[in-house]
Order: sequence, then C-alpha cells, then structure tokens
Amino acid sequence: MNQYIDFFEKYRDKIDEGCSPLVNARREAAFERFRQRGFPKYKSEDYQYIYIQSLLNEDFGFYLKPEAENYNLRFVFHCDVPNLDSYKYFAVNGHFYSEKDKSKLPGGVFSGSLNEFATLFPDIFSRYYNRLSDAKGTGLADFNTAFLQGGYVLYVPENTDVKRAIQLTNISGGAEISIVNRRMLVILERGASAKLLVCDHAWDEKPLAAATQITEIFAAENSRFDFCELEESSRNTIRLAENFVEQGANSQVAINNITLSNGVTRNNTTVDLIGGHSSVRLYGMAIADENQKVDNYTLINHLKPNCKCDELYKYVLDGQATGVFNGRIIVARNAQKTEAFQTNRNLLGNRECRMFSKPQLEIYADDVKCSHGMTTGQLDENALFYMRSRGIPHDEAVLLLKFAFMNDVIQGVEVEGLRERLKMLVEKRFRGELATCRGCC
Amino acid sequence: MLKISDLHASINGKEIIKGLSLEIKTGEVHAIMGPNGSGKSTLSAALTGNPAIEITDGEVIFDGKNLLEMSPEERSCAGIFLSFQYPVEIPGVSMVNFMRAAVNEHRKYRGEAPLAAGDFLKLLREKQEIVELDKTLVNRSVNEGFSGGEKKRNEIFQMAMLEPKLAILDETDSGLDIDALRIVANGVNQLKRPDNAFVVITHYQRLLDYIHPDVVHVLYNGRIIRTEGPELALELEEKGYDWLK
Repeated sequence: MNQYIDFFEKYRDKIDEGCSPLVNARREAAFERFRQRGFPKYKSEDYQYIYIQSLLNEDFGFYLKPEAENYNLRFVFHCDVPNLDSYKYFAVNGHFYSEKDKSKLPGGVFSGSLNEFATLFPDIFSRYYNRLSDAKGTGLADFNTAFLQGGYVLYVPENTDVKRAIQLTNISGGAEISIVNRRMLVILERGASAKLLVCDHAWDEKPLAAATQITEIFAAENSRFDFCELEESSRNTIRLAENFVEQGANSQVAINNITLSNGVTRNNTTVDLIGGHSSVRLYGMAIADENQKVDNYTLINHLKPNCKCDELYKYVLDGQATGVFNGRIIVARNAQKTEAFQTNRNLLGNRECRMFSKPQLEIYADDVKCSHGMTTGQLDENALFYMRSRGIPHDEAVLLLKFAFMNDVIQGVEVEGLRERLKMLVEKRFRGELATCRGCC
Repeated sequence: MLKISDLHASINGKEIIKGLSLEIKTGEVHAIMGPNGSGKSTLSAALTGNPAIEITDGEVIFDGKNLLEMSPEERSCAGIFLSFQYPVEIPGVSMVNFMRAAVNEHRKYRGEAPLAAGDFLKLLREKQEIVELDKTLVNRSVNEGFSGGEKKRNEIFQMAMLEPKLAILDETDSGLDIDALRIVANGVNQLKRPDNAFVVITHYQRLLDYIHPDVVHVLYNGRIIRTEGPELALELEEKGYDWLK
C-alpha cells in the first residue's frame, strides 16, 4: 500500500495532468481516507475469501498517458456483437476513446469521456460524481477516486429514450505489471431510458493486470435502465469492482453481471431503492475453472414501500476454482409491501472446486413477501443417463446440462442480439474454446 | 438379435439378477412379467448400461457385438432403446434440441451427415402424429411439467424418432388411463417391423391386449422361471404368480 501513497505524493502533478479540475478536486479527500483505512480488510466479514491488500502488493504501474496508438484498434472495432445494433465506445487502460464515425445520439444525450463531461456540464457532474462512491464505497473506491485518469459517462436527459444499446469495451493489459482505475457514471433523469453493455477484455495473457472499477448509476423517477457487464479477461487479471445504484420512484433497473473467464474477480453491487414502486432485477452468472476466483457481493436496500427485487446468481465451477456469493437484502421498517426474492444456485464439477455462499435477508417490515434460497450440488446423474441412453455422448450431455443450468440467467438479458450472442459465448466457454477474448470475435 | 446368457447383476452390492438367460429374435415381441422386486427394471437398466448397475457375470450379445462393453450412448446408437418407467425431467433443455442432438449422434454413428433443419422439423412433426403428441410439447423443456401420460407418450415419440432395433418398454402402461394406453400401444404397433423387436415389461395383461406378444416370460427372484406363448399372460392375470413359485 505504501508504494501507492508515495506515488500519489510524489507524482500528484502527473496524475492531475490532462484531467478535469473537477475530477482532480476530489482526489485529495479520497486519498486521505484511503491512507487511513486502506483497502478492505481480510478480517472484515464481507471480505473473508479475498485479500485485496495482498493482491495489490506488487508494485503495479499506472497508465498516466493515453496510449491507444500502441494497440491494434481494429481488434477493438472488430470486437462487437453481431446482430446487436449499438453505439460503440471503448476504453484502453482506463482512457476513454470514441469511435470515429460516431452515430447520432438522441438530442441532449451525452455518452463519452468523464473529463469531457466534467468540462461541458460542470453542474451536473458535481451533483452526481462520487456521491454514492464516497458515501458507500470502501477504501478501494477512495483509491479509484484518488488515482483515476479517465472514465465514461452516460447522461440521458428527462423523458429521452435511447433505443439503441450502447456498448463500451474496456481493454486492459500491457507490457508491464499495471493497475488501471476505471470509472463509469450513469445518470438517467426522469422518464429516461437506456441500455448499456460493458465488455471487459484483457488484451494480453501476461503480465499481471489489475483493475479497479467504480460505477455509479442514478436512475431517477420513471426511468428504465438495462445494464449488462460481461467479463471475459485473462487468467492474469485482477478485477475489483464496486457498483452503486440509486433508484427513484417507479424506476426499473436490470443488471446482468456475467463472469465468463477471468483471473480473480470481486464485484460489489449495492442497490438503494429510495423511491416507492421501484424495481430491480439483479442477475449474475459465473463460470470458473483452473484457479479462477469469482467473488460477488450484493446488497439491496429496500427503503420505501411497494418496491421489488429479483435476484438470481448462478455459478458453474470446475478445476480448483473458487466461487463466493454474498447476497444481502435489507427491508427497512417502513418498506411495506416489499417483494424481494433471492436465489443462488451452484454446480460443482468435481471435489476440488469450492463454493462459499451466504444468502442473507433482513426484514424489519411486517407486511412483505420475501424469500431466499441456495443450493449447491452436482449434475443430476439421472438426467445424464437419460440423455446418454438416447445416444448423446457423456461430454456432450454434460455440456447441455450445464448450458441448461445457465439458461434462466441468459434469458434475463433483455437486449435480443446480446442474448443470442451470450448463448454462443457460454456454449463456447463450456467447450473450452474461450481461452482468450479473441474467442469472442 | 439379442442373446443374454447367465447374466448376474447387482445394485449396491446386492445381487438382483441371478443367472438370467434370454434370446430375442428379429421381428419378435417378448413380454416380461413378474411380481414387484423380481428384477424387471434392473434387467432393462443392465441392458442400457445404467452406471448404477454392476454386472458381475454373464454375457449379452447384441447384433454380434458384446453389449456389456459398450457405453450407454454406443448402445443407443447401435439400436437399443429404453422407454423409461420414470422419464427424467431436464429443465432448460428443450425437447427439440434434445432430439436434434440425439438424432444427429445416431446419424454420426452411421456415418451420415447431420440432418438439415427443415428435414429435422419435418421428421419431428411426422413422428409426433404417431403418438398424438401435443405440438407445443416439443418446445418445452424435456418432460418438465408433463403429465404422466404425456411423459409416456413422449417416450414412444422418442422411440419413433430414433427407430431402434430393440425397444424395451419398462412399465410404459403404468399410470396411463385407457385412452393414453391405446395411443401408446397404437404407436408401438405402428413402429413394429419385421426387422426390429420389442421387450414389453409389464405387471398387467391389459397392455398385452393391445400389443400382442409372441412370447411371455415370468421373471421371479432374478431368474426367468417360465416361458410360454401369449396364453400365459391370461393365466397369470387370473391366478397371480404364487402358483409358479
């Protein structure tokens, strides 16, 4: 940790260079708090299976200059989802780039660089940027705020519907051991709607590449937001993400958090339902083998009456992989007529992979409909035999059953072209054909 | 076609089949009857290669091949089919995809190219009619939420799709009402050909009113204790099994 403290103090001017003064203005306070509390501690109950401090012990380098020219941008452009009509953007090691032939967005919508947004819309930026991250984030969020170099903003003004999906591709990796601080800010004003797909790719298999990622989503009254995050990185990737969502009355948010291939991943997702009749659907999927580790932590706060949440996380583990699901739903005292459902199901392929699951439901209201449940087990031997008895070979039957297991999470993806693509990616993953993100193309 | 010689099979170390011999020729329909616990279902599981069954002794030759050395999927491709007593529900796998995978594996085994999508759907529709299967069922997950009758009809539908040489019907009549029984039996009769054979495992004479067996065997305590013509089934219906023991 000291290397980062020294770095901040020594190279503050380099860190600030090229960034908006409004972004730089938040660094000092965040840094001070990071210095005090550091990364989330191993002994904390929520961090039992991941030791962030030790993951980031190495002397990771920072990318303080944009360097897209070093990358094969054609690869980036080719890495799209067929049949998905979308606006495309990408970020290389935390630096934002826009596609050259930019398609026209509906009037007033901003989809682009964080620094640019801060300069163009200082008032809106100041109202939202770092509000949730500062109030609810851990030391990791402080770290991100202190060091980030760029990021992505989606701003959709009142009653504006962005019909086409927006796709942001993150590429990370390079010649040196490095850490990238990614940032996303999504603001949907009243009655606005949008769909955002974020693909997380690693450009190189080696060396070690770490990323912190903070996402703040503000969904105002009557807004609709579809958010799909797809991680398809390499074995040498560390991804530490914190998502914060705040939902106003009657808003609807759907989040799909998908880990197809990775190294070590920790995703925190916090959803605050601060307006009545709001609803969130939080679906997650993790496929891991070898020594991969996927640790998902979710917290949904039902703060107002008549809100709904539907949470479903599924894991398929093999090799010596580790899966962690820590799901917490809190129903506040006045949040009557809440409907909250949480399910976690896990499939273990052998005796060596491990799953740790902690479903938690805390209800302080007395007129609610809530449930939570978890199952962890192996493939159904009877189903396997039934399929084999019809001529389907063992390995193929296993694949079909694993795929079937993930089916309901895939069906939760509402963007049609993406759902079809995801089906193919999941199948490829189970066939072992998705060792690198090139397999996606 | 099938020759079982002195077969011994156990489940969890307990011997269930205790020296069973049986020969089935092309074009024949055999009925196997017997009281509960006599080993009827274990025999069908042993013939299809269920990993829960341990074969301790004996030999099974199917079409000149040693059946016991083959995996369940190889046996299926070679032409063995079991209509399950309790068909398994497989949530998330649609009947269409399940059948497409199975049919194409069979074709691969015979060295044929996979069926084109249109041809497959045509075949599907054709075979559905044989068992009067509800058209929407094939779009649902395998057996999920099917009624008892639908599950059994679905077994016969799969049999029609795969056109086995030897079909084993394990208590296909149990849990069926009279109409469903008739539909299932009609399906079987339509699929009967001079170059295939059926083994019908049942408790009751009822099914045999519709599917006429050439030979009736009584299985008791892991062995076949009686083999006669179809009239034996009637006699059993009347007298029960006790007089044979």
